[in-house]
Amino acid sequence: MTTNSLKQPGGGLLDRLFSGRSSILSYTVLAIILFLVLPNLLSAFRLNMAGKYLCYAFACIGLVLCWGHAGILSLGQGLFFGIGGYSMAMFLKLEASDPESTSIQSTPGIPDFMDWNQVTELPWFWYPYKSFPLTVALILTLPVIISCILCFFYFKGRVTGVVFAIITQSMVACSWYFIVGNQGYFGGINGITDLKTLNGWDIRTESAQKILYFVTCICLFGCLFLSKWVLSTRLGRVLAAQRDKEERVRFSGYNLTSFRVFIFAFAALLASIGGALFTLQVGFMSPNLIGVVPSIDLIIYTAVGGRLCTVGAVYGALLINTAKTMFSEAYPTVWVFIYGALFILIVLALPKGLAGVWTDHVRLWIRSLLKLDSPAKPKKIKSQTT
Amino acid sequence: MFAEYSFEEIKSILIMQSFGGLSLLCIYVLMGLGLYVVFGQMGVINMAHAEFLVIGSYTMCLASKFVVDHMPTFINHYLWIAIPLSFGVAFLVGWIVEWLLISRLYKRPLDTLLATWGLSLIMQQCFRTFIGAREMSATLPDWLMGSWAPTDTIDIPINGLVILATTIILTTGLVIFTRKTRWGLRMRSTSQNRDMSQALGINTKVTDRFTFALACGISGIGGAFLTTVASTSPTAGTAYIVDAFLVLVLGGLGSLFGLVISAGFLALLSSILEFFMTGSMAKVWLYLIIFIVLAKFTKGLFSSKVRT
Repeated sequence: MTTNSLKQPGGGLLDRLFSGRSSILSYTVLAIILFLVLPNLLSAFRLNMAGKYLCYAFACIGLVLCWGHAGILSLGQGLFFGIGGYSMAMFLKLEASDPESTSIQSTPGIPDFMDWNQVTELPWFWYPYKSFPLTVALILTLPVIISCILCFFYFKGRVTGVVFAIITQSMVACSWYFIVGNQGYFGGINGITDLKTLNGWDIRTESAQKILYFVTCICLFGCLFLSKWVLSTRLGRVLAAQRDKEERVRFSGYNLTSFRVFIFAFAALLASIGGALFTLQVGFMSPNLIGVVPSIDLIIYTAVGGRLCTVGAVYGALLINTAKTMFSEAYPTVWVFIYGALFILIVLALPKGLAGVWTDHVRLWIRSLLKLDSPAKPKKIKSQTT
Repeated sequence: MFAEYSFEEIKSILIMQSFGGLSLLCIYVLMGLGLYVVFGQMGVINMAHAEFLVIGSYTMCLASKFVVDHMPTFINHYLWIAIPLSFGVAFLVGWIVEWLLISRLYKRPLDTLLATWGLSLIMQQCFRTFIGAREMSATLPDWLMGSWAPTDTIDIPINGLVILATTIILTTGLVIFTRKTRWGLRMRSTSQNRDMSQALGINTKVTDRFTFALACGISGIGGAFLTTVASTSPTAGTAYIVDAFLVLVLGGLGSLFGLVISAGFLALLSSILEFFMTGSMAKVWLYLIIFIVLAKFTKGLFSSKVRT
């Protein structure tokens, strides 16, 4: 599994990405599962669902960096997930509402929900979404800009910990109300539905969804490597240091604001990429996918996978969502109890999540069986004082 | 726009509107009080706070149902038993929750957030399973439903007055309790320096447990009075919870005075904004204004000067 960046940084790029035997092993296992096992094992419908869950994993990788490694808990990742998702949905919606197919509307050529809400002209902020390159650029830049603006003043004023978590939660609540309140511009509570094609390519067919699944997996690995690289740099060490001993890092002369803003914006970027891929696979976007509750769900996926382990976060997102789908189809009542208990259990018994079970117990046990090395005492997560 | 009204009428509209705003302030304070006690004492945000409000509301509803079914003559007076009962039930649940869960998490405030969120999911599902998913409301005594008319044009609802009185009593009671009593002294010393208090012979574990349970009990009373203005459902609390957190953060987390002032600020702002725009856009602007204020005053409007 990926190790915390306690080792001396240095060496080539590949050394940093694959530091240690187990790191290569964990990437290989994940690649085998995602590229070989799941596509061959699952039906097209289930594979599409797995692709959907993997989109959450992007946001979870961001949370591993932001929460696990930097100690900044964000309850508002749904906001950035939504920025990516809505950007993609707006592009697809404009493509789906060309003047021919919307000729029955009183104003042809604008999305149907605008027509229902007596909007007669395309609003100015929809124009960039007419071009695909511009949409992609917005998916990548908009979350960074917005997250920087949102968090800069708070980090500068040394707002951290619980208070920052509450503020991010209110941000996501605010964006929920914003979308619901602007029915004519963003589709309101129903969201943006009925998305059909991407540059003329029908995204609803089975083959298209399979291709999108593989695109998601490739992007996911790109993000995994990128975040591993970020953590392996000196910046990653400063982040871990300020999580554990904030005062000491400050007195060593570091300006923590810029570090924190960077990692928060990076997490936002990952969430936004995930959101865009989510819309492509699901075919719609609605405010209830990005509200307060889904944002906290992202946290629990991360916590189950292991808050210090980027690869673990992917497993967390897959496992919890699979369990959710299976249980809530069969026993919806029981599932809520299990889900709630999961939060408590993870926090009380397994603060390092499944990745912690692996590194602290299973791997040590295997190694002692193979006589590779003597079992060392597992490291504990430091208490986060604010 | 005021041309067709006489001066007297404008005056009464103004009074009734400001009373409406005052009621909203009281509701914010009632919701924020429990959070304030827990955070001020232990630096923990209780995400299951809304569910403790709902416990109070349900106790009230069930008590009124019991009274209506079994002793209808008692209907005008059952409040005096139902209110302490909702305090007691919420206090007891809070005591158990602290014992089983919160007491293990004091050094990890961010994890407490997650654990209490899990707790809130479980509690919501319990309400749904054992009490029912439908909305419930208490049968209120007749004297609470009327309105008080000091002049011909002014009409002030009695339940608003009762909520106002409760808020004042609870707030002053809390201040007196923390400042003047032995228990309050223990609570304050534990919150300032837990290790030192323990060294001086204060049982900080019991103090923490009592404080948490007290906060839950206060929320229970708050919830019981919320039944006089709104109906109760398993997820009723979630609508208020983000607002309650913001009131607390804006007020500066450790300050009761700040809590009341920021509740007033929010109530004023939201009634002004709702006059000009739709409900959800008013919420958006309300939040944005709070974000801007917090960006300037990052410690809240009235942060306590005591270092913990």
